[in-house]
Amino acid sequence: MTAPPPPPPSPPAHLGHLPDDRWRRWDTALWLAPVIAYLVFPGHLVLGSQVIITALFALSLDIILGYAGIVSLGHAAFFGLGAYTAGLLAAHGWTEPLTGLVCAGVIAAAGGYATSFLVVRGSALTQLMITLGVVLLLQEVANKASSLTGGVDGLSFTMSPLLGAIRFDLAGRTAYGYSAVVALAAFVLVRRVVTSPFGLSLRAIREGAARMPALGAPVGRRLVAAFTLSAGLAGLAGGLLAQTTQFVAIDSISFPRSAAVLIMLVLGGAGRLYGAFLGAGLFMLMQDYLARLDPVYWQLWIGGLLVVVVLFGRGGVLGVAEELGARLRRRRAR
Amino acid sequence: MSHPTFLRAAITAVALIGAAASGGCKKSSDEARPASGSASAGAGAGTIKIGMIAAFSGPFADIGKQLQGGIKAYVKQHGDTVAGRKIEILTRDTTGPAAEVAKRLAQELVVQDKVDFLVGFGLTPEALAAAPVATEGKTPMIIMNAATSIITTKSPYIVRFSMTLPQVSAPLGEWAAKNGIKKVSTLVADYGPGKDAEAAFTKTFTAGGGQILESVRSPLQNPEFASYTQRIKDGKPDAVFVFVPAGEQSVAVMKSFQERGLADAGIKLLATGDLLDDHMLPTIGDAALGAISTFHYSIAHDSPENKAFLAAYRDANGADAGQPNFMSVAAYDGMAAIYDVVEKLGGKMDADKAMELLKHMSFTSPRGPISIDPETRDIVQTVYLRKVEKVNGELRSVEQSSFPNLKDPGKEAGGAPPAPPPAGSGSGSAAAPGK
Amino acid sequence: MAAFISVLFDGVAYGSLLFVISVGMSVTLGLMRFVNLAHGAFAMFGGYTAYVLVSRWGLSLFAALPVVLVGFAGVGAVLERLLYRWVSRTRPLDQVLFTIGLAFIATGLATYVWGPSQRAIALPPALTGQIHVLGMGLGAYRLFLIGMVVAITVSLHLLVERTRFGAQLRAAVDHPEAAAGLGIPVDRVFSLSFALGSGLAAVGGALGVDVLGLDPSFTFKYMVYFLLVVVVGGPGSIVGSAVAAVALGVFDIVGKYYVPSIGGFLIYALMVILLLVFPHGLYRRGR
Repeated sequence: MTAPPPPPPSPPAHLGHLPDDRWRRWDTALWLAPVIAYLVFPGHLVLGSQVIITALFALSLDIILGYAGIVSLGHAAFFGLGAYTAGLLAAHGWTEPLTGLVCAGVIAAAGGYATSFLVVRGSALTQLMITLGVVLLLQEVANKASSLTGGVDGLSFTMSPLLGAIRFDLAGRTAYGYSAVVALAAFVLVRRVVTSPFGLSLRAIREGAARMPALGAPVGRRLVAAFTLSAGLAGLAGGLLAQTTQFVAIDSISFPRSAAVLIMLVLGGAGRLYGAFLGAGLFMLMQDYLARLDPVYWQLWIGGLLVVVVLFGRGGVLGVAEELGARLRRRRAR
Repeated sequence: MSHPTFLRAAITAVALIGAAASGGCKKSSDEARPASGSASAGAGAGTIKIGMIAAFSGPFADIGKQLQGGIKAYVKQHGDTVAGRKIEILTRDTTGPAAEVAKRLAQELVVQDKVDFLVGFGLTPEALAAAPVATEGKTPMIIMNAATSIITTKSPYIVRFSMTLPQVSAPLGEWAAKNGIKKVSTLVADYGPGKDAEAAFTKTFTAGGGQILESVRSPLQNPEFASYTQRIKDGKPDAVFVFVPAGEQSVAVMKSFQERGLADAGIKLLATGDLLDDHMLPTIGDAALGAISTFHYSIAHDSPENKAFLAAYRDANGADAGQPNFMSVAAYDGMAAIYDVVEKLGGKMDADKAMELLKHMSFTSPRGPISIDPETRDIVQTVYLRKVEKVNGELRSVEQSSFPNLKDPGKEAGGAPPAPPPAGSGSGSAAAPGK
Repeated sequence: MAAFISVLFDGVAYGSLLFVISVGMSVTLGLMRFVNLAHGAFAMFGGYTAYVLVSRWGLSLFAALPVVLVGFAGVGAVLERLLYRWVSRTRPLDQVLFTIGLAFIATGLATYVWGPSQRAIALPPALTGQIHVLGMGLGAYRLFLIGMVVAITVSLHLLVERTRFGAQLRAAVDHPEAAAGLGIPVDRVFSLSFALGSGLAAVGGALGVDVLGLDPSFTFKYMVYFLLVVVVGGPGSIVGSAVAAVALGVFDIVGKYYVPSIGGFLIYALMVILLLVFPHGLYRRGR
């Protein structure tokens, strides 16, 4: 399935021509990565599954941040909605994972739809704070409803085997495979969406919302749709985490989780889809490795990494990579 | 055009990955359990591995530091070899209040590192999330801090060496009712442990004839207590019962009480020892003088065991580490239990035999005599009534009287054997507030 | 009635504290268009510096405050030259990443130097206890906080609106190129503003230790509150920040006094409502 040598990938910010969704080298890397990781690091599959889930969460944020230009510091609201939906279903007897996961996505999407009307208006800062307000209020709701959610103590439950046969094992193989398949399927969907005319119109709104009505594009409705889709995917990620850990903690809905996913996405590079996977992987693997050494070191080094990425380039790691690639090509062309 | 190519490729890849992972999984789901079993069986000469999980960074970093301090003190005092086997401690940071990280670390420690014990667990969600790992991996799990009643019911491999909140707050209600206190307002942090404490105090206090004027709950993230303190003062109770987690909230509450002059208004302060944590007393300062609390440990406890512990703690952690507190003691005792188990098993580890020994553990800790209730695997200990006084110029919770051999009333109230409770119920279920 | 006034007073004092810590961020965000999420780190290190000065060196808090102000204004000026100038012309998202990175580094450093435990500062005797006015007990420390805020708000407002420096700053903000063309030293004006904001944050941190506590997670723990005050007030508006901070403080404290059971919702609910009604903040600059 190797593609013909593709033309140099164009940075998505420049809309010189219609973006296509042909298979690129990045795709091969992305799709091979989980398989290789599975074979090379069989002892770290639980970490792997959590990286994949976080990457899916970051991917959901990329739709609104990287494409539609909506800044959210409260995306964990939908992650948490999904997690609690999946968790509560299982805790009350509906332990089948796949249907539970679908419910998580649907409920979170519904939550996103309802919230979107508060969010799509106002400046970037206002969006930031309203989404933040939503996540903080929702967290307080989850805490108050502790007879249902377990509050700060959390909610524990047991899942039925996947597809009725594959149980969630201690080594995390099921969790890993399940997360990888769901995340990659979501990736196919998102990739399809952002390369469609709808995705193009989102980017156009990001670049200049005031001009869009002149082209006949309903800005508000487009943003609502994007926000709903994004919330639904965040809910899927939350549902996956709940099911694979068989536990929902109240920090599923929290400001730190919202901020962390934003950092990971920006670190990887927003508006590029792959940035979500790269950022989540880089951040979490570094954090895991460094936290083993010392809690002080992990904070210093992660902080240093973020600072260095900004000092040496723009647009996260992928932004830096693209810049380097472009420079190389220019030199070769000479 | 190109879409079909991409889609087809994508679907093929999804299918491949799914097949690879689930195929590998069916084969391996049976391997997981023997994996940890074989570690114990094949042990004999190697090291005894202890996996320690707690928060060392983020807002609860102090817990990890205290627990580790207690463990270090024990190892320093008793050496790192038991029954010919070296003790190796693998420390893992949950990087904050993150249950899924705690569970993942537990999984990795059990599956990869094949640890013989899981220890630590500062916060209830960390312990609850990791509980199934202890069960499935057949690894004894020693709770060194988390204090919600239900934890020990979540796995037959869990044993607790810290305390539960009902255990330390119930005696206070009893004492208050007997000592001329008629009307009390309560102020607790609005989460599981806070509600547990409120319920236990209210129950014993009203049973003794006391009256609760008002039950106020403050949000968990709450830097400013002025409104609550003022409200309590305006209600004119004889005393106020307080539980908030040790840390910035305890300091803030004490300062707020001092600023409002609650003591001058004749309102006594009753609290669980969390509020007057030995480690935090110097930070709280003279505002704490005269406060009454019930708790299972004070560094002022007068016994040779405690003197030895304090010396070992300073020795292992340096003078800069400050005072140990109840968390360090629980970690110290947990280590004592592990050493005892390894000694009795002659270095041949077996999870079920270890649990049998742990269930019947009983010794004199720096806090006084402690034992484990074989039914619930929860701690039985003496709870002391203390008053904050100046001893040689330093603030100490000085023990006034004691309530020996207390079990966890949170579980007695439920009366249920340690069967899994109704799914999804939080801590509140066993000790739900009466209103 | 006495209870109401007393709680109202507490609310104003709490709001005042939020204002002192946040006002520097309002300046950098609103006037310099720079998203500085590490702003709380200045407050945290200001708190730690005051802690060292008071607890280890035996200075009075009154003496420590000017030291903190000047010291951190200096630190802010240096950082602005070394780091922030590089970054201030990038996209806001890169600024977010960069300053969060700095916040992580600050947290790690504080843990390394002071450990994870809480620290407290002994207040001078003049600021402890209550002062009785017309039969009501008012916290001396809170009176002091309110006094500080009035002083800071008035002097900042005069500085920006009435002085030559203020005029230069406003010109530099509205149109940097044109301002530079008129001979205004834009870079130096920005440096000075940033230094001032940093110094004020540090003073706020030192003042706040008694109410907010002090530990290495301070930067992240209170980030939300700083953002809240600045955005609700309208970035760049000093009066706006003051009004927003006091409004949020009063609403939070008075609400918790009368309806304690919804304490956790109050401040965030008010924020969302205010932002829906005033999407650009209470005071919008440049309109």
